Amino acid sequence: MILIIDLSYRARSLSHDEFVCPVAHIVHRAGREWRETHFSAMTSDDLKDAEGIILCGTAIKDNLFATKVQEFSWLQTIPVPVLGICAGMQLLCRVFGGTIRPGCEIGMTTVRVDTPDPLLCKSPAFPAYELHSFTCDPPRGWVTIAVSDECIQAIRHPEKPLYGVMFHPEVRNDWVVEQFLSLCTGVNGTCPRSAGERKKSE
Amino acid sequence: MRLGVLCSGGKDSWFAGYLAMQKEEVACLISVRSINEESYMFHTPNVHLVPLQAEAAGLPLVSVETEGIKEDELADLSRAIRLAVERHGIEGVVTGALLSVYQGTRIQRICRDLELWCFNPLWYTDPDAYMDLLLKTGFRVMVTGVFSAPFTADWLGRQIDANALRDLKQYVAKHRITLTGEGGEYETLVLDAPCFTKRIVIEESTEEYCNYRGILRVRHASLEAK
Repeated sequence: MILIIDLSYRARSLSHDEFVCPVAHIVHRAGREWRETHFSAMTSDDLKDAEGIILCGTAIKDNLFATKVQEFSWLQTIPVPVLGICAGMQLLCRVFGGTIRPGCEIGMTTVRVDTPDPLLCKSPAFPAYELHSFTCDPPRGWVTIAVSDECIQAIRHPEKPLYGVMFHPEVRNDWVVEQFLSLCTGVNGTCPRSAGERKKSE
Repeated sequence: MRLGVLCSGGKDSWFAGYLAMQKEEVACLISVRSINEESYMFHTPNVHLVPLQAEAAGLPLVSVETEGIKEDELADLSRAIRLAVERHGIEGVVTGALLSVYQGTRIQRICRDLELWCFNPLWYTDPDAYMDLLLKTGFRVMVTGVFSAPFTADWLGRQIDANALRDLKQYVAKHRITLTGEGGEYETLVLDAPCFTKRIVIEESTEEYCNYRGILRVRHASLEAK
């Protein structure tokens, strides 16, 4: 079961429709069992059966989650893969000792992969949708996987499958969520082919 | 939270507004009337009926006109939103954006600049579930514009009911249109909604249609009791 966590200002808010439902739709379409919960309603039972956890984004004006970092200390010992999207990446960053600072991107940008990783396959660069008012300085030892001109776009824990992405993969980059789901089961996901790869095979 | 709903008169803005009413306080509608039919942001064939819809829903309306010049029209949208803040004390904006990164990005930037919340409750929604819910909740939606194959002239004025939805789903499979019309394949006008206390009756309209492109222009409409 994939646990999808709503980080927005209130349970079942309008932001839930915007930031949780599209992610849940991708997980559902991938044929994975899933459950969602708001962070304020989480219990240890919610974590028990989770094979993977997705921390969803929030509205650009919604930074309530950043005042609740202590409620997410369980992330330090969680044994399953985690994908933090935007607000979720900021939360992972803070829980593990990194910092956040003002830095805004709204709209499409180019994400460049610096360090090959199963999450972002071998795509050297791809367009991605951004909606954030803060950026991350990652925790010590974490690996920077991808960057944009503005900021760090994807990070990974040095040993565990804990990932943060600043862009919103639910917009035009479903494959990143699908790839994360494959990491939750150890099955290889399908990566989009690069233009060069497509040309070769055609 | 007091919110203003950006309203074009079509199904997406009204359904987004309806969702907003379930969770927050909708204080007003905000409408931008474009005189440019090629406007990237605001063109809809019957945006002049939004005042009648606002009356049907018992909501105040903030309305401004734009020449519809690309990017300049954003200043007019910002002006409309600022007026809504002044007149109705809104703290955020609701849009019916579904997939358009172009529109979504620009409205997000305006809201950021004005320090307002921005909500897009239909963003990347499941199109089948959305359209089913639209009918199930009692929306009466009429097609007022078609802009791609295979839409024939008889779609103009057609209500989106179960039969029309079945046809649209077949078009999705055969012609690769978007079910919701988000690709600009068709435009709609909401005649009735759960949040309306009266319904809209079209009294006079004209139609233009040629080569899979057509518009139904409502000349006269009124409200009747439900």
